[in-house]
Amino acid sequence: MSASFCVGIDLGTTHSALSWIALDASEGRGPNQAVLPIAQVTAPGTVEERQLLPSFVYLPAEGEFPRDALALPWKGGGRGVVGEFARAHGTRVPTRQVASAKSWLCHPGVDRRAKILPWQAPDDVAKVSPVEASARVLEHLAQAWNRQFGKRAPLSEQQVVVTVPASFDAAAKDLTLEAAKQAGLEKVTLLEEPQAAVYAWLEAMGRGWRAHLKAGDVLLVVDVGGGTSDFSLVRVGEVGGELSLERLAVGDHILLGGDNMDLALAFSVNERFKAQGKALDAWQLSALTQACRVAKEQLLSSEALDKAPVTVPGRGSSLIGGTLKGELTRAELTSLLVDGFFPRCAVTDAPATARRSGLAQVGLPYAQDAGITRHLAAFLARQARSLQLTTGFAQPTAVLFNGGVFKAPALKARVLEVLSGWLAQVGAPAPKELPGADLDLAVARGAASYGWVKGGHGIRIRGGTARSYYVGVEAAMLAVPGYVPPVKALCVAPFGMEEGTQADVPPQEFGLVVGEATRFRFFSSSTRRADAVGTMVEDAERAADLEELVPIETTLSGDAPGQLVPINLQAAVTELGALEVRCLERGGEGRWKLELNVRERTP
Amino acid sequence: MSFFTRLKLALSILFGGELPAAQAPAPALPVAEPLPALPLPTPPPEQAHASALFLLGLLQREGRLVDFLQEDVTAYADADVGAAARAVHTGCRKVLAQYLALTPVVSDGEGASVAVPVGFDASRFRLTGNVTGQGPWRGTLKHHGWHATKVELPAAPTTVDVKVVAPAEVELP
Repeated sequence: MSASFCVGIDLGTTHSALSWIALDASEGRGPNQAVLPIAQVTAPGTVEERQLLPSFVYLPAEGEFPRDALALPWKGGGRGVVGEFARAHGTRVPTRQVASAKSWLCHPGVDRRAKILPWQAPDDVAKVSPVEASARVLEHLAQAWNRQFGKRAPLSEQQVVVTVPASFDAAAKDLTLEAAKQAGLEKVTLLEEPQAAVYAWLEAMGRGWRAHLKAGDVLLVVDVGGGTSDFSLVRVGEVGGELSLERLAVGDHILLGGDNMDLALAFSVNERFKAQGKALDAWQLSALTQACRVAKEQLLSSEALDKAPVTVPGRGSSLIGGTLKGELTRAELTSLLVDGFFPRCAVTDAPATARRSGLAQVGLPYAQDAGITRHLAAFLARQARSLQLTTGFAQPTAVLFNGGVFKAPALKARVLEVLSGWLAQVGAPAPKELPGADLDLAVARGAASYGWVKGGHGIRIRGGTARSYYVGVEAAMLAVPGYVPPVKALCVAPFGMEEGTQADVPPQEFGLVVGEATRFRFFSSSTRRADAVGTMVEDAERAADLEELVPIETTLSGDAPGQLVPINLQAAVTELGALEVRCLERGGEGRWKLELNVRERTP
Repeated sequence: MSFFTRLKLALSILFGGELPAAQAPAPALPVAEPLPALPLPTPPPEQAHASALFLLGLLQREGRLVDFLQEDVTAYADADVGAAARAVHTGCRKVLAQYLALTPVVSDGEGASVAVPVGFDASRFRLTGNVTGQGPWRGTLKHHGWHATKVELPAAPTTVDVKVVAPAEVELP
C-alpha cells in the first residue's frame, strides 16, 4: 500500500494536533484545512472528540476508576490514558500525571530512556520514560486516525511529518524519531515548528502570499507555545525571478510559555488570599489558575474593563460559604503579563542568567528570565554576529506570530512595539505583521502542507541543519599535574547541511579498538556558520558559542579484541532530518554508526 | 439460609423486591436445566434518564450547579451568593457553549412589535394576554425565546453509574 495522505502532527509540549492533505491534491487547501477530531477520555465513562489532544499521560492506580471507564473506542494501546482527562485529573493527582514529556525529551541532564516520569513520583507508580510518554501521545493520535481512515489508509503507511522545536538538538530529534517508532510510525519526517507555521501561512494565503513579502524581506517567526518559546529568521530571496525562502537561523530552547503566564497571574492573586489568611490547596490553586485564565481573556478582549473577578469555589459541597473572592486588575495584568513576559528592553539586553546551569539542575531547566523580549534581543544580536551583519542585531522586516498566547492583541502589539523601537533607533522601518495566521493549529497544518510541498507543489523553505556539529579531540600535550588538557572541537557537520547530503571529515588520527566502546565528546553551535567540515575549534570547553551535547559512541565487535582499526569520520543528514555520524574504515569496507548516548547526562 | 433462598433474596434486592417469575415456581423449566449463571450480572446502568443525569453531572463537574442548588442560600449575604454564582455561571456557561448552540427564537429585540401569523407554530410561540380571535395577531415581544440549534452532547457513559452525579472525593495525605 502506498501513501495517499501527508499527515502533519504537532507534538506539542502541552497540546498536540493532527492535520492532513491528500498527496495527489493539485491545489493547496487554502484556509480551510482538515484537522482530525481526536477521540479522547474527557471524564470517566465519557469519550469526546476535540481538535486538540492535551499531551498529558495519566497513569491510574489499580481500581482507581470503574472498570472500562477509561476505555477508548479502539482496542489496545499502551498504559495510561492520554488527553483531556489526563490533563484535568492529573492536576489533582500530580504524582500520576506525566506532563511536558517533550521538554524532558530534550533535557540533557537525565537519561531520557529511563523510567523517570512522573518526576519524583513514589515507587509504586509504574513510571515511564520521556520517550515512552511521547510515544503514547503519538500512539493515541495514530489510533484516532486509524479509527477514521485505518481500513484504507493506516497511519503507518502514510507520509507522516512530526514537528519539533527549531531549537531541538540532534539527540532530542533522534529520540523523537525513536518515540515515533515505538508508536508504530517507522518513517516519520521531522520539521521545525516555526517553519511549519510559515508553511501553514503560505498555504492559507494561497497565491496571494507574494503580495505580503518581497525579495530582501527578513521574516521573524515568534512562536510562543504552552510550554516553550521558539524564534526563527527566514530570508526572502529571489531565484530566477521567483521568490525563494531560506531559514537563516533558529533560537535556543527556552522553556517558557503560555502556561507560565497563567501561573504567574494565579501566584499574584494567591498572594492576596494568603495575606487574608486563606490557604489554598493544590486543587484550589489549579482552579485559581483557570479562573485567572478566564479573567485574563476578559481583560485582554475588552479595553473598557478595569478589573475582572476571580472566584475560587470551595472544595466541599458547601459552595457559597467556601467560595473565595478575588479580582485581577488591569494594572496587575499589564505589569505581570505584558511587562513581565514582554518587557520593553534594549536590543543590547540579555536574559538575566546563564542557561543550563549543569549540576545544580533538578527537574526541568525552566528559563530563569521570563522576559521573552530579552530572549528575542539576545537571539537577534547573536545571529547578527553569526551572519556577520554590521548592524548589531538582525533586523526583521516582517513578523509571523504563532501560539495561542498571541490571541491577545495586547501581547502582539507589545512585541511589535519593542521590535519597532529597536529598528527605529537604527533608522529602519517598523516590521509588519503577516495577517491570517491560525494560532492554535498552524503547526499541524503546516506540517501536512510540508509533505505536499516536498512532493513538488508550492514553495519550499531551504535551510538545512540549523546548527553545526563537532566531535571532541583531546589536544596532545605533555601531562602537567592538576591541569586537564583542553579539548578541541572538530567540525563534522557544517551549518546548513541539507537533508539527504553527507560530508566527509578530512582524515585524522582516529581509531576504533575492537571489542571496546569508543566514544567522542559531541558539541554543537547555533551560530558558528563559517566553520567548514574539518575546522578545528581550539578550546571547546571555553568557547561560549559551543554547547556540549551527550557523547556519541560505538562498539566494534570482531575476532581480534584490542586491535586498532583506523577510521575516518563522515556526517550525514538523513532524508528524515536526523543527523548521523559514521565511522568508515580507512582503506576497508567497515562502516559503523556512532550512536548518541542519551543515557548519560552531559558533563 | 439455603442457597436458593439467598439467590432469591439477591434477585429480589436487584429487582426492587418485585420478582414475579422467581416467586412463583417455574414449572416449564426442566429440572436438569443448569441454574442461571453465577456470579450474578451487575445491575444494568440507569438508561431511561441517563442523558439527563449525565448533563446534570457535567453541570456539576464544570459549574458546581448541584452544590449551588442544594445549598440553603437564606443564611448567606447577597455578596457571598453572588460570588458563588459567578463560579457557577462561568462553569455552566462553558458547558452550554461546548455542547449547545442557543439562539433566540425571534431575532427582534424584546419590546418590539411582532406579527404572529395564522397557523403559527405553537411550540415556537406562546401567546399571553388577550388571546382572542383567529389571527393574525400583532403583539409586543416580551421574551425572545431560546432555540437549541445545535445539540452535540457526548453519549452518556455506560461504564460508570450516571446516578452518581458527583463522586465523593477523598484526599490522601
